[in-house]
Amino acid sequence: MEHLNVSVSPHFFGKRTTQNIMLDVIIALIPALIASVIIFGWRSLLITGVCTACCILSEYVFRKISKKDNTISDLSAVVTGLLLAFNLPVTIPIWQAIIGSVTAIIVVKQLFGGIGQNFANPAVTARIIMLIAFSGNMTNWTFPKNSVDALSGATPLAAASQGLSSNVNYMTLFLGNHGGCLGETCALAIILGGIYLLIRKVITWHIPVAFISTVAAMSFLCGKDTIYQLLSGGLLLAAFFMATDYSTSPSTPWGKIIFGIGCGLITILIRFWGSLPEGVSYSILLMNILTPYISKLTRQKPLGAAGGAK
Amino acid sequence: MKLHGIKIPHFKNTADSVPQRIPIPQTVTIPTSMHIGKPAEILVKRGDSVKVGQLIARADGFISSNIHSSVSGTVQKIEQTVTSNGAKIPCAIIESDGKQELYENIKPPFINDFDGFINAVKDSGVVGLGGAGFPSFAKLKIDDLARIETVVINAAECEPYITSDTRTMLDKTDYIYKGISAVKKYMNVKDFVIGIEKNKPSAIAKMKELEQKDEHIRVHVLPSMYPQGGEKVLVYNTLKKIIPQGCLPIEVGVIVINVTTLAFIGEYLETGIPLVEKCVTIDGSAVKEPKNVIAPIGTHISDLIEGAGSLKCEPAKVLYGGPMMGIAVPSMNEPVLKNTNAVIFMDKKEAAVPKTTACINCGACIAHCPFRLEPRSIFLAYKAGNVSDLEKLCVDLCMECGCCSYVCPAHRPLVQTNKLAKIKLREYLSYKKEIN
Repeated sequence: MEHLNVSVSPHFFGKRTTQNIMLDVIIALIPALIASVIIFGWRSLLITGVCTACCILSEYVFRKISKKDNTISDLSAVVTGLLLAFNLPVTIPIWQAIIGSVTAIIVVKQLFGGIGQNFANPAVTARIIMLIAFSGNMTNWTFPKNSVDALSGATPLAAASQGLSSNVNYMTLFLGNHGGCLGETCALAIILGGIYLLIRKVITWHIPVAFISTVAAMSFLCGKDTIYQLLSGGLLLAAFFMATDYSTSPSTPWGKIIFGIGCGLITILIRFWGSLPEGVSYSILLMNILTPYISKLTRQKPLGAAGGAK
Repeated sequence: MKLHGIKIPHFKNTADSVPQRIPIPQTVTIPTSMHIGKPAEILVKRGDSVKVGQLIARADGFISSNIHSSVSGTVQKIEQTVTSNGAKIPCAIIESDGKQELYENIKPPFINDFDGFINAVKDSGVVGLGGAGFPSFAKLKIDDLARIETVVINAAECEPYITSDTRTMLDKTDYIYKGISAVKKYMNVKDFVIGIEKNKPSAIAKMKELEQKDEHIRVHVLPSMYPQGGEKVLVYNTLKKIIPQGCLPIEVGVIVINVTTLAFIGEYLETGIPLVEKCVTIDGSAVKEPKNVIAPIGTHISDLIEGAGSLKCEPAKVLYGGPMMGIAVPSMNEPVLKNTNAVIFMDKKEAAVPKTTACINCGACIAHCPFRLEPRSIFLAYKAGNVSDLEKLCVDLCMECGCCSYVCPAHRPLVQTNKLAKIKLREYLSYKKEIN
C-alpha cells in the first residue's frame, strides 16, 4: 500500500527563511566591520567577536534552561551581537561588552519570548542601558590611529553640539576616519550594506528614506549643516540596520514611513535641543514602543472591504 | 493601485504537449458530486448497462450538476465513498466493456432562447473547469441580463505546471469562439475580455486571432504574477473593477468564466456530448515524461499515470490541480473529477514541507497579499479566539491563494489558518444572526 502525504495547500514554498534573511544582514554588515578594523585597529574585531559570541551563548543557555527549541541557528543573535558591538567605542572594557550582550539577548529579547516577540530592539536597548550604566567608558572616544587631527574627546557630533567648530571635513565623515562607535563612522561601508539589503529585499526603502530625509529636512530648516548631520553620529547605521528591525517596526508601508519620520524628529529634538549629543538610539526605542499602535492605525483597507479594516 | 502577488516558478513543461487519449480504463469511479453544491441524485443501480454520455445522476436542486457515464459498460456497484474534499457521497463504479459506445439519445441541443441555452448548459453537466467546480448553468442564470456588461474569460492559468487551459486555447480555438457566440446571442453580451498571463505567447497569439475576427472580443495580457486567475484579481486587473466584499462579480456587471468551460459549452452545442472526459496535465518531479492526456472522468489516478507513461519514483504526494491551491489526495485510487485540470506527482524532495519557526514580523505576508489582508494579524486573532477581530480583518475576503504561506520565511501556516478562521467567522456570524 503506497503512502501519500496529505497536507493542506500550498504545496510550494518560497526559498526565503529566517536564517537566510539574517545571513543577508550579516553580509551587509561586513563592510562596516572591515571599515572598523581599518579605522580603529584590531581591538574592534575583538569587541565584535566577544559581543557576537556572548549573544549566541546567552541565547543558547537561556533556551536550554527554559526548555525551548534552540533558536541560535536562525542567526538573529549574531546580528544582535554585531549591531551592539558596532554601537560601542573601541576602548570599551571587555567585561562591559559582555554585560551589554547578555542584557540584549536575555533581558530585551528572550524574556519577552525570543525572536519576533521583543517589543524593543535588543542592540539599541542594550546600548542605552550601557550608556546609563557605564557612561564614562561609553563616551570615551579614541581617535583613529592615523588621524592628523584630534578633537579632544569628542565625536564630530558632540563637537558640533557643544558649538565647537570642527574641521572634520565631509570626506573624512564619509570615510569614517574620525571618532565614534565601531561600526557607525564609515558612511560608505554602511551605505554599501544598506544597498545590499535593499537589493536583496530584506528591507524596503520606507524606513531609511523617511528617517534620513526627516533628519535632513529638519537640519536644513534649523539652519544646521545638513550633510554634517547626516554623516555624523549613528544615523546611517540606525536608519538602515536598527530602525528596520522586523519585530520592532511596523509592517505596513505607511506605518514604516510614520515610524521613520518619528525616529527622525526625535533624533533632531535630542541632537539640537537635548542635553545629549546623539539621539538615534533613544528615537528608535521610543518609536519601538509606538510600533503596535502605528501598525494598527496604518492597517490597509482590503480590496473591496465593506468597512475600513481598523 | 497595483495588486500584489508572488513570482513563482512556472514549470509549464507541457505547453507543447498535444493531449492524447489514454487507453480506456477497466473501471471508473464516478462520484455524484464533482461540483460545489448538492450531490446529484443517482439514477442507475447495480447491473444496469450504460453508455458513454448517458445520464447516471440528475442535478438535485438549483446548485447541483448532471453526471454522465464516461464509459460504456455495466454498473458494478453504487458505493458510499469519502471524496478528496472529505464528503461521503455515493459513487457509481462502472466496469468498461472497452467499446466506448455513445448513448443513442445524444444529439446537439436545439436552442432558440436564453432559457433553452441555460437548459442546454445544465444538461451538459458542465461545471467550472478551472478548478472551482461551480455549476456553470447556475452561474450563467442571471435574472436581469441587462446587468451583464462584460464577460471575462479566465485564461490566466496562473498555477505552476498546469497547461490544460493553454491546450484548450491552442487546440479548441473554434469551440471557444462558438461558446462566445452563444453567450453573445442568448445572453446579449457585447463585451468579452480574455485574460491571459503573458507566459503563454502561443495562446495569446491564437486568442488575438479571435480579437481580429470579432470586434466584441478583447485580449488582455496579464503580468506573470500569481494569482492572476483569482476571480477578483482577474476582474480588477482586466477591468479595474472592485468586487465588493461578499458579492458576486455580477454586482459590478461582470461574469467570469473559465476558458475551457466556455470551449466545452461551444463543443457541446455542436456535438451534444456531455462532459465525460477531461484534458489533464500530468507533471511533477516524480513523473518520467510530463504530458497532457485526455481521460474519461472517473479514471483512477493509478490508471491515469499508467496510461500516460510512468513514474520515476514512488510519489510522496499527489495533487489534484496546481501546487498552490491543489488538493493532496490520500490514495492513487481517487478518480479524475470534472474539475481536475492537472494531476501533479511530487517526489519526496518536492513534497517536503519546511519546518515552521517563530514569526519575525517581517511583513512579507502583508506585502504580498493580493487583497491587502494581514495574515499575521489574522493568525494572532484566530489563536486568541478573537472573532470580532477576524471580522474587522476581513478574513472572509481571503481567496486562499496561498501567497502568504509561500513567502513566509518562518513557513508559518498562514493561509491554512485563514481557512480555519473563515469557518470560525462564518459560525460566529450565523450565531449572531440567530440571536438577533
